[in-house]
Order: sequence, then C-alpha cells, then structure tokens
Amino acid sequence: MATKRDEQPITLDTFLSGIWRENPVFVMLLGMCPVLAVTNTVANALAMGLATTFVLLCSTALVSVLRRLIPKEVRIAAYIVIIATFVTVVDYLIQAISLEIYNALGAFIQLIVVNCMILGRAEAFASRNGVLRTVVNSLGMGAGFTLALLCLGSVRELLGAGTLLGVPVFGEGFEPWVVMLLPPGGFFVLGGWLLLFAWIKERRQAHAATQEVAADER
Amino acid sequence: MSAPASQQQQPPAPTSSLRLIATLGVIALISGLLVVSVVELTRPIIAENQRAALRAGVLKVIPGAEQRRDYVLTGSGLVPKAQAAASGPVVHAGYDADGDFRGVAIEAAGRGYAGTIRLLYGYDPAREEIVGMTVLESKETPGLGDRIETDPQFKANFKDLEASLGPEGEALAHPIRTVEPGESDEPGEIDGITGATISSNAVGRILDNSAGSLLPRLAPHWSDLQGER
Repeated sequence: MATKRDEQPITLDTFLSGIWRENPVFVMLLGMCPVLAVTNTVANALAMGLATTFVLLCSTALVSVLRRLIPKEVRIAAYIVIIATFVTVVDYLIQAISLEIYNALGAFIQLIVVNCMILGRAEAFASRNGVLRTVVNSLGMGAGFTLALLCLGSVRELLGAGTLLGVPVFGEGFEPWVVMLLPPGGFFVLGGWLLLFAWIKERRQAHAATQEVAADER
Repeated sequence: MSAPASQQQQPPAPTSSLRLIATLGVIALISGLLVVSVVELTRPIIAENQRAALRAGVLKVIPGAEQRRDYVLTGSGLVPKAQAAASGPVVHAGYDADGDFRGVAIEAAGRGYAGTIRLLYGYDPAREEIVGMTVLESKETPGLGDRIETDPQFKANFKDLEASLGPEGEALAHPIRTVEPGESDEPGEIDGITGATISSNAVGRILDNSAGSLLPRLAPHWSDLQGER
C-alpha cells in the first residue's frame, strides 16, 4: 500500500499548513461543535485545544504506524476505535490533573471523539504518510485548531464578560454582552473571523494577480 | 489531499473476512489494554482529588469549621461513619479549633441543564440556616450554567439562606426556590442568574429536596453531634 507520499520530505510547510493554509477551523471548517460550544472563555478554549491536539497527535501517529496492517474495508472502524481510546485516556488524565478543569469542560471532552477533524486527518494524511511526517503535520493542525479556538475564545470572553482569562479588562462601567457567551455569540464571532480570513485571502490573490499582469507587461 | 486517482480506480483486492476480524480484534485489544492501564493508573489520583475536593468543600461550606467528622444517619440516630453498620445519608459535621460544633455539610444531587449537579451545602442547626454551598460536580454549559459555581452574587445567596422547619417539624417552613435575579424577598428564596435560569433553578430545587427530606429526620439528633472536648 506504500504510495509516493511516503517519500515526501518533511518541510516547514508540513507543519505550517495546519496553522494557515489548511487551518482546520478557518479554512476547512471542521470540528465546528467544540469550536462553537466551548470557546466562551479563553481558559476553556485553551484546555479544549490542548486536549484535542493530544488526541489528534496520538491517534494519527498510531494510525500511521498501523497503516499497512489495516485493510481498507475496516479502516474507518479501526480509526474510530483508536480515536475513542485516546479520548478516554485524555478524559481520565484531565480528571487526574485537575477536577476543576474537568468540571469546566463538562461533556465536551468525551465529544472530542466526534470531532471530524481528527478522523479527517487520520483518513487524509496519517493513512498515507510516515509516522514522523504525520506527527509534524498533526502538531501543526493541533496548533492551528488551538489558535483558532483562542481567537474565538478571547473575543467572546472579552465582549461577553469583559475579562480575559478571568482578569477584568474594562472598567466598572462595562456592560457585558451576554449574547457573546451564548451560542449565537459563537456564530457571530466565527462569522467575523471567517470574514477576516476570506478578506485577507482575496487581497493576497488580487495582489498576486496584479503582480503577474505587471510581469507579463514587462 | 486525496490519493492519486489511478490508485482509487483499481478494483479493490478482496480481503478475507478473517483478516478483517483479526485486525479489528487486535486493535480493540490494544485499545482495551491502553484504556485499562490508564484507568488503573489514574484511579487512585482521581479518588484522592475527589476526596480533597470534598474535604475542602466541607470546610468551605461551614464557616469557622477547621475539622470534620463523618456521621451516618441510621434508624437509631447519627452514628460515626466508622461504626455504622447500616448505610444511610452521610452527614459531615464541622467543628472549630476548640472542638465546638459549627454545623453540618450535606451532599445533594439532582438534574441540572446537562446531567447531574452534585453539590455540598452547609447547615447551621443553631441558626436554622443554610450557611454555604459549593458545587462538587456538574456538566453545566461552560460560561453559562457553570456560573452557579463561580458567580459571586449567586453564591452570596447561600451565606444565610433560611431553612427552618415548620411548626410540626415535618417540613421546611418556607420552600427553598430560585426566583428571578434581584427579586428574592421571602425567606428561602434565592436570586437566580441571568442566562443560567435552568441551572440556578436546579440548585434551588436540589436544596429544597435535600433539606426538606433530611432536616426533619436530622432535627431530633443534633445533640449527637455536639463537640466532644
């Protein structure tokens, strides 16, 4: 089952693609359930991002190790079992590290198992690439996911509660926009960030196009 | 992202069922081993965390308490937990540094917005008031429902929440319930939280159920708990 991709070198792009070009949240729009649900504070966003990164890293690494042994017919079932295993592991580890964080994240830890970003990475990348390359890519994807959650979490906590990481930022007179903590706030802020990303992308493309035209004229 | 097209168009080589079953079996076995070892490894730590949370909670909900003793409510009164033969509701009695009885902490649970809320409340029989409340476990929505654990205004409700028994001593004189924020004026009423109505109502209901059923049964036995100097 070895394919050409096995020999592809590990470049900086293997890592960076997850943060910018293929950002799981802002570009691929994957894993929207935790993105919208737990990003109402920075601390929750960070804990969720790290937990997801851990699961992503371990499960894609294991999938990559086993990729030649898993027959195509049962690969999805095998991936899900592997992902569910690591979600259970992370569930217990967080309980052991801090009951406070565990209580704050509620049911969302168990729901990492249905984060389609992880299954997507296992299917689209880990099953076709070597372990090292997979680990580097997963680290990038995890970092991109965590960053995206932080982008949403900081805006929502700032506007919805007037705090950052629980520290009040605005003066006494600030009236929090409670809606930002509620589910609709998640959609508003996500929409805002997507708009920003689309705008930056469009500007870059326009810029590249004008440069091409200029080069042609010369 | 996708594999080269030529690879996908090859007719899939049929794999024998035995191999499919064997592969999944082996993967499930590895998974099972991994999960079991993590559970075994973390179980003592998690149990210790929960004990620590309970210990800290008991002292937090009884103002002035510095030590505690656990009792079980049985048919014959309150029996120290170590000597209790029958099982029953556990009552954590809190004592100050001089060994004087300051109140009891009782665990209660009930349905919240998402799953069970487990909380601990302190009750001072001398004042006939609930004197503290802390949430031990909840799955309430982060940032909204979980403000029952963090909101200082909400928590202030439980510094002196009346929970006296009626004249017959069989029920609470005033039911404990959560009302709209800022509208509590009757004894036993709790100011709710905007945006966390269901969770804050649940706390009121849990307290009412637990205090309403346990306090009348505990009332004749308060003397069992008086300090032993």
